[in-house]
This record gives sequence, structure tokens and C-alpha cells, in this order.
Amino acid sequence: MVYLIALPLLSAALLLVLGRIADKWGHLLATFISATTFAIGVAEFFSMHGQSGGNRAVTQKVFEWIAVGNLKVDASLLLDQLSICFVLLITGVGTLIHIYSIAYMEHDKDRRRFFAYLNLFIAAMLLLVLGDSYLNLYVGWEGVGLASYLLIGFWNQNPAYAVAAKKAFIANRVGDVGLSIAIMISFAQFGTVSFVGVKAGAAHASPVALSAIGAMLLLAAAGKSAQFPLQSWLGDAMAGPTPVSALIHAATMVTAGVYLITRSNFIFDASSTARILVVTVGVITLLFGAIVGTAKDDIKKALAASTMSQIGYMILATGLGPVGYAFAIMHLLTHGFFKAGMFLGAGSVMHGMEDEVNMRKYGGLARLMPITAVTFGLGYLAILGVPPFAGFYSKDKIIETAFNQGGGKGILLGGAALIGAGITAFYMTRVVVLTFSGARRWKDGAHPHESSILMWAPMVVLAIGSVASGFLLSFGSSLVNWLQPVVNASNAVGGKELMKPLVVSLLALVVVILGAGYAITKYRTVPDVAPEKVSLFTKAARKDLYQDDLNDALLVKPGKALTLGLVATDNYVIDGAVRLVGWVLSEISDVLRKIQNGYVRTYALIMLAGIFIGALIIWVVTA
Amino acid sequence: MLTTPALDYNLLAPILIVLGGALLGVLVEGFIGKAYRARIQIIIALIAVATAFGWVISIRTKISQVAAVDSVSIDGGGLFMQGAILALAFVALLFFTQNDHFAPQASALPGSIEEAEAIRSGLQMTEIYPLVLFAIAGMLLFPVAHDLITLFVALEVLSIPLYIITGLARRRRLLSQEAALKYFLLGAYSSAFFLFGGAFLYGFSGSLSLGVIRTTVASTGANHIFLYLGVLFISVGLLFKVGAVPFHSWTPDVYQGAPTPVTGFMAACTKVAAFGAMFRIFIVAFGAIQNDWRPLFVGVAIITMAGGAIAAIVQRDVKRTLAYSSITHAGFLLAGVIALSKAGLTSLMFYLVAYGFATIGAFGIVTLVRDSTGEVNDLNRWAGLAKKSPGVASAFALFLMSFGGIPLTAGFIAKFSIFTAAYESGNIAIVVVGVISSAIALFFYLRVVLIMFFKEPTDDTVSVAVPSFLVSAGIVICFVITLVLGVYPNLLFNLANTMTTLVP
Repeated sequence: MVYLIALPLLSAALLLVLGRIADKWGHLLATFISATTFAIGVAEFFSMHGQSGGNRAVTQKVFEWIAVGNLKVDASLLLDQLSICFVLLITGVGTLIHIYSIAYMEHDKDRRRFFAYLNLFIAAMLLLVLGDSYLNLYVGWEGVGLASYLLIGFWNQNPAYAVAAKKAFIANRVGDVGLSIAIMISFAQFGTVSFVGVKAGAAHASPVALSAIGAMLLLAAAGKSAQFPLQSWLGDAMAGPTPVSALIHAATMVTAGVYLITRSNFIFDASSTARILVVTVGVITLLFGAIVGTAKDDIKKALAASTMSQIGYMILATGLGPVGYAFAIMHLLTHGFFKAGMFLGAGSVMHGMEDEVNMRKYGGLARLMPITAVTFGLGYLAILGVPPFAGFYSKDKIIETAFNQGGGKGILLGGAALIGAGITAFYMTRVVVLTFSGARRWKDGAHPHESSILMWAPMVVLAIGSVASGFLLSFGSSLVNWLQPVVNASNAVGGKELMKPLVVSLLALVVVILGAGYAITKYRTVPDVAPEKVSLFTKAARKDLYQDDLNDALLVKPGKALTLGLVATDNYVIDGAVRLVGWVLSEISDVLRKIQNGYVRTYALIMLAGIFIGALIIWVVTA
Repeated sequence: MLTTPALDYNLLAPILIVLGGALLGVLVEGFIGKAYRARIQIIIALIAVATAFGWVISIRTKISQVAAVDSVSIDGGGLFMQGAILALAFVALLFFTQNDHFAPQASALPGSIEEAEAIRSGLQMTEIYPLVLFAIAGMLLFPVAHDLITLFVALEVLSIPLYIITGLARRRRLLSQEAALKYFLLGAYSSAFFLFGGAFLYGFSGSLSLGVIRTTVASTGANHIFLYLGVLFISVGLLFKVGAVPFHSWTPDVYQGAPTPVTGFMAACTKVAAFGAMFRIFIVAFGAIQNDWRPLFVGVAIITMAGGAIAAIVQRDVKRTLAYSSITHAGFLLAGVIALSKAGLTSLMFYLVAYGFATIGAFGIVTLVRDSTGEVNDLNRWAGLAKKSPGVASAFALFLMSFGGIPLTAGFIAKFSIFTAAYESGNIAIVVVGVISSAIALFFYLRVVLIMFFKEPTDDTVSVAVPSFLVSAGIVICFVITLVLGVYPNLLFNLANTMTTLVP
């Protein structure tokens, strides 16, 4: 199990330490290592599958990490039904993206460094999902943050990209603070930070403490998974190379928040307050992302908004109680296939269009890039939730479960999820129409062409996943049963059944058709410059619903003012005090120097005075 | 009938070997021609010290009260101090081997015709080596002496050679001779107090033996003016030797005036001997009345730590800065004596070794930084030294960091453990003042680092002499020990923990 983490970590270190020497073969080593971890993951999966339900979780102690006072943390790994899902997703999709990147990054002189970072990411992400305590998870959590930062800013010769990397890092730090506070509360409350220990403690902990831990974990999840109100970094993160967007900012790292909440199911099951916060964040983000997605002309930013929205669905599902976790993970897995596939498709398009990202400059690419168009199209059908593609199984279950919360809450959550599905259909159709059909709007110089096999083969594999994964995961409730020991989910869709599943599916399909149809009619003709005269709604969506301006006004400006204030305080008050102390001490020092006048008679006198004072002290003490 | 006292030569051998080496050195000085003399003296001195060190290791588990009737007590605590003195002295001797530090003819007056002639004829006296060996022998006896007469003899045996070698600097002869005279006058003055204290204690107990003094305190009660006067005057003699405020005044002048290798030797080895003796006397003889003398020592420790640190701030001379630094460290070391516990003794031992090697290394580097007229001690002229000689500057910086107590150096562990011991024995005031003084002291340590590393070199900047093999070896040994004890302190702590026995 430990090799899963050690191999990519060593490989990353090797590639970074060796430097240019490894330029020729670095990408091959990294890809080979990634494939090896996938093979180990598959082997672990089958050996786990052979065990009975109760014996499937395995813990492995690597070394004693921290032993200070009451705090004892081992560096231990936990491989159970939940983490194996992630291991397979991370290493599987990761390997495909390694292969894709060999071709995609071929002309970049720093390809080796890129692959080192990818391996570093794989190692950190695996540690995140394999740690057996919050503290071990935290190390991985920070590690993926670092890898994400390094990869977003991979082309940091472009200042805008470097700024994007910083923005992602800082937004993530806010979430990280939440995670560290959650860990501190756990330790203060339960005296342990291991999942097992916290689970045992949560059974009889105060509701306030549980709600606080839950809220802080949610803050952490919001940071990492680009959920409201920390979502603003994800769009900018598209500055990174497209394979990075596919792996880190679509399939794996951004879903870490969903993992965190699912892993902490014992906290959220025990605190309804925390659950309400979770569903609120989920619903806001799924609508927010969908709306932003309708106005983006940058193909990657449109997909990023979609990612945000889809993770909103997952977060919503995790807030729906025990039954929701499995559906959240199912959507996470299917999303991992279709979104990664679409990102790779977008990358393929960009590759053929000389890094043009504006969809208004595309059009009619389906004939020239048939494989890209077909694989993208299958991902498109999957995200829309068209039966029998993957999204149909996972997303409809979430909408259904939301409705089944019952009462006004059920209608509110279900309704929002349904509307979100409609908007999703609209903006995804818009992406497909703008890119692959209609008139060719590109400049004369461009020569769109299909990409090489190293690029399209991973896309084909992911497209197959987009088609089949939903059915496979839900056939006979296989994933729900598989995860049952971890999340205590019951088999049936919980709660009061508001509508028959068939009705929900039909409703969703109608909404999807409406959204898609509207997009098709609206984008019959596409101006190749974005029109200025648009509705306020579109303007707001183009500006990410003013989230950046809000952050700027609420946080950045007061933050800067505070910093300036602190600098002034530091300069005048603190430094002033320091200078004063320094001045006083050097004055005393000067006096002492004068006493040290070099005359033996003075020295002898000082000694004599010292003896008298000493005698006085002893006399006072003993008298 | 008069019986000769039985002496346990096995246990006394380290002292006797060093004394033997010293006597041999005197003969060499008289009978060997100048072509070979220096080399032979170095070899004799190093072999004597190394053999004595080996002997100490071989008897490290021995305990005896009657090695020399009742006068010398061989035990873990004493043997550890002896070993530390010998190890430090060995490294310090390596720096003596650059023979251009010492006057060509010590007996010639500065600036006299004789001196000029001595220089012209290439005279180079090497009496420094037997003198140092005599001093080492006195230091070895000091921490194991078990009666007041032996203590006094040891004190004089270690002091008198030091007075002489302080005056042997080849350059700045007047400063050196002035320092020697001051050291001698003030040393004699404090020795008088020490002797006076011994007399009072004899008056109190009717004996000079530390053990009898203790039993008398227990049997007749402590309320006797002779006892307290004795304690006070004995303290004066010891506090003078370690350079504690207000008995410190000689330190800056002597450290500055003495030949730099001698300063390093004195600063490191004298402290070990004096603190070893101090701990023994105060726990063996005066342990029962510790509440009576502790306030005095707390007061001395506090003004020593603070005074040394504050006075160092305005110093511009590297040797004077290091002298004040050594005063501050004497204050920190007093914290270990005040703790008067096993932990206090262990941390005192560790501190002495950690401080000793850093001190010898630091003064060793000072010997290398020169211009055409010799050593340059003006800190302003060290500006940008790191750009010219990064290795030497880094080593000096490490020693300063260790003095300052920066983690991953031996000094941090030493300071931490000695403050812990003081805290656990309930002396919180010392810990508070100690930490504040450390912060102040850090200022002038880091200032030197700043001067070396962050100032641009000027035309005035000194150069670093190419060290001989033995000198480089000395610096490397000090560097490695300072670093290793900072990372694996248990190497020494485990040894110190097994050597805390003090016979009553």
C-alpha cells in the first residue's frame, strides 16, 4: 500500500533532482510509475473484493510520526471501500492523462518538470485518500494544493498565469485553515485525530462541537472543491496546461472536498446544522456554476464552471444524509470520466487550433476532428444525463434523493437540482454547437487537424467510461452496497418517496431537452466577437456573478488596509519599542564601559563592594 | 613512627602524567637546540594530554575517597570534568602551534634593545608548552580536590602559569603585559579571600576536609558566623575564577591582552575546572545550608547574565565581545550550580563541553583573521569577510549561533537543559532573566554575523591566513562537535548521566 505513495513521490524527486539529465526519458518514467500505481490499485481492489464486507478495510502503519504528550499520530494508511474508489480513479485517469500529456507537452522544453509535478500530485492525492487520520489527510491535502499551485503556474513566464496560481493557492489556504481548525477541535474534544477515534468520540460529543467541526470541514471542502463562497479560483486555474485541468481541476483534486465530507460522515450524520450548511453550499454552487457556464466564451472556463456546478451536485448529495454519500461518490466517479474526457477533448481542439480557447473562433470542427468530436459528444450526453449514459444514473439519483427529502425542503432542493440540469443542458449544448457545428469561424492561418494517437486514445478510453460507468456502478446497486460499510447507507433511496424514479427521470429529460433546444435555436448564428448588447444576466454571468468584485471589496481591500495598518504599527509602535529598548540597553552598556576603565584599583574596589553586598545578602537571608 | 601516606597512583595518573610532561618540557627547553625544540615541545604536550585523557577514560567508573589520603576524591563528576578539561586542552593546544603568537623572549622588556635583538636573531622561546601543562595539571586537580588546602594549591598551580602566559603575546606587547599584571594582582587579591575563607571554615569545623565541614554543619548546626564568612570568601575566589559579575572586571582586559590561543584555552578550560570545583564544594560541604547561600548565587547569576549581555552591546573588538559573552555564559552556568540537582550537574557538564568547544573554535578563528601587522580584532574590519572566506566565516557564524543558543547547535541544547534544571529546582527568576539575557546576547552575536555576511567588503577588510594542518583540524573538530551535539545531544547526555556521582 505504501508503494502507491512512495513510488510516484520518489519518481517526482528523482526527476526534479536530476534536472536536465532526465529530459530525454523523464516523461516515460513518470508515465510508467503512474501506470504501476494503477496496477497496484487494481491488484488491491481485487484482493479487497475477495474479502467479505467487514474485512475489506486494511490499515497499515508506516512509522510513528508524532508522539508528543497526549498527541500520538502514526503515519498510517487506511485502504477501505471508499479509498479504493479514489485510488482507482486517481491512478486510472492519472495514467491516461500522463499518456495524453506526452504528446500534448511534446514541444515544451520543461516537459520533465511537468511530469515530475504530475507524479508529485499523484503521490499527494493518494496520501490524501489513504491517510487514516485527519492529520495524515492534511499532509496530502497540502501536497495536492502545492502540486496544483505548481501546475497552474507552470507557464509562470506569463504573469497572469502566475497570478492565477497565487489566487488558487490563497483561496485554498482559507479552506486549509478550516481543516486545521477542525483538526484542532477534534483533538481538543476527542484527544485524537484518527478517523476511528473521532468516529468513536462523535457518538457522544456535544452538538455544538460537532456542528463546529462540520462547518470547518465544509469550509475546507469549499476551498478545495471550489464551492461557494471560495469558488472564484477555479476559472483562473484554467491557466494551467489542459491535461492538468482535466486531472486536477476536473476529475480528482477538486473532488477532495466530497471525499472529506463523505469520510467524515459520522460528523455530518450527527449534526443536522452541518448538513443544512452542506446542502445550502451545494445548491448555491450548482446553480452558480451553471449560470456562469452559460456566458463563458473560453472553452476551458465554460468547462470549469461546469465542474464547479457538478461538484455542487455532489456536495448537495453528501448533505442529504446517509443515502446521499454513495450517490455523491457515484457522480464523482462518472464525472471523473466524462469531465476529464471533455477537458482532453478541449485540449485536443486547442492543440489543433494553435492554443485558441475562444469558442467563437471555432465552429464546424466535427468534420476535421471526428474522434475528438465523437468522444466529446459522448461526454456531453453523459453530463446531460441522457439515458443510458453515465450521468443519467448518477445525477438523476441525486435529484431524486433531493426531492425525497420531503416537504418544502425536498421541493426546494429537488427543484433547484432540476433547474440546474436544465441550465447544464443549455451551456453544454452551447459549447458543443459553438465548437463542433455551424460555420467555420477560424482565421485563415489555422489548420485544425485530429491529434495523434497518444492524445486520442485516452479520450476514447474516457469516452467508453462516460458511456458505461453509470450503468456498471449502479447495476444491482453495486456501488451503494460496496460503500455500505463505510457510510452506513441503506439500500433504498431514503425518505418519503415524493415521486416515482421514472417520473423524476422523465422530468429531468424534459428539462434537459428544453435547455438543449433553446441553445440550439439561440446559437444558429454565432458572431465571432462577443456581442456587447446583452442582458444584465449575461453580463453578470460573464463576470462570474461579480464574485471577484465581492471578494475584492469584502476581503482584498480591507485586507490590504489591515496590512498597511500593521506595517505602520510594526514600523512605529513595535520597532519603536524595540529601538527604545535597544537605546536604553546601549546607554547602560556605555555606563558599564566607563566603569571598565582599565584601572586595577577600580576593579578591586568593585570586587570589594561586591563582597560587602554579598555579606549583606547572606546576613539578611540567615538572620 | 611516621608512616608514608598511601597514594593510589592509578587514579592520580592523569594529573601525574601531565605534570611529568611539564617537567620533561622544562628539560627540553633547557637542553634541546632551537631547531627541534618547538616540534618536540608540541609533541610532548599533545602526547601527555592525550595519554592523560585515555587514562581518564580507562578509570571512568572508579570511585575513591582515599586516592590521596582524604585530599582527592575520584568519582564520576570529577572524572568527567577531568576528561572535559583534557579534551578541550588538546584542541586548544592545536592553536598554540602557530608559534608566531608568542613573544620571542618573554623576559625581554617590551620595546627594549634585548627584544629587538631577540627578534633579529630569530629567537623563539617555547616555555609556553610546559607552562600550559602545569596549568592543565592544576585544572585537573581543582575539581577533584577534597580539602581546602588541596583546593588552594590547585588554584595556584593553575593560576600562576596563566598569569605568565597571558603576558606572552608577540604583538601588542604592552597590552599583553598590562593584562598579565592586572590578572596577577586581582588573582592574588581573590586568592587571598579564598584562603581567608578556608581559615574561617577551619575555625568553624576544626578541619579542612569538605566531608568534615559537612558533618560539622549537620551536627553543630549552621548558625555560625565563621561558616557564613567562609562560604562568602570561598565563593569570591571561585566566582573570580569563572568571571562572574562583580568579580569579572579582569576578564575583558585579560581576554583581550592575552595571546589569542591562550584566551581560548583559558576561557574554556578554566571554566570547566572552576565550575567542577564549585559544584563539588557547594553540594558536598554546603549542601545542607543551600537556602542560605542560594540567594547570593541567584543575585550573582542574574547580574552576571544581564551585565555581560548588556556590556557586550557597545563592544567593537571581537576579543572583548567574546570576553563579555563568556561572562554571560558564566551566569548561565551558575544556573546549573544553583539547581544543585543531578539534572543541574548533567546540564552543567553538557554546557561546559558545548561552550568550551565553541569558545576554542571561535578564538581559533580569531587567530586567523589578520592583516600585515598581525591579528585584527576590530569588528568593523571584518566587514564582508564571508565574501572573501566563506568557510571561515560560516564556521565562526556557527560558533556564534551556538553561543546564542540557536537550535541545531550544541548551545541550544545546553541552554535549554540548564534552564530546565533551574526551573525544575524552583529558580524561576533565573530562567526569566536568563532568557531575556539570551535575547540581548543574540543581538551582538548576530551583529557579528551581519557584519561578516551582509556588509560589502572594503579595502580595509582583513584577509584570512591559510591555516596549518593542525589549526584546520582544531577548527574542524570544534565545528563538528558543536553541530553533532546539537543534533544528537544524547551522545554526551547519556555519558554525563552515568557520571554524576560525587563522593561525600
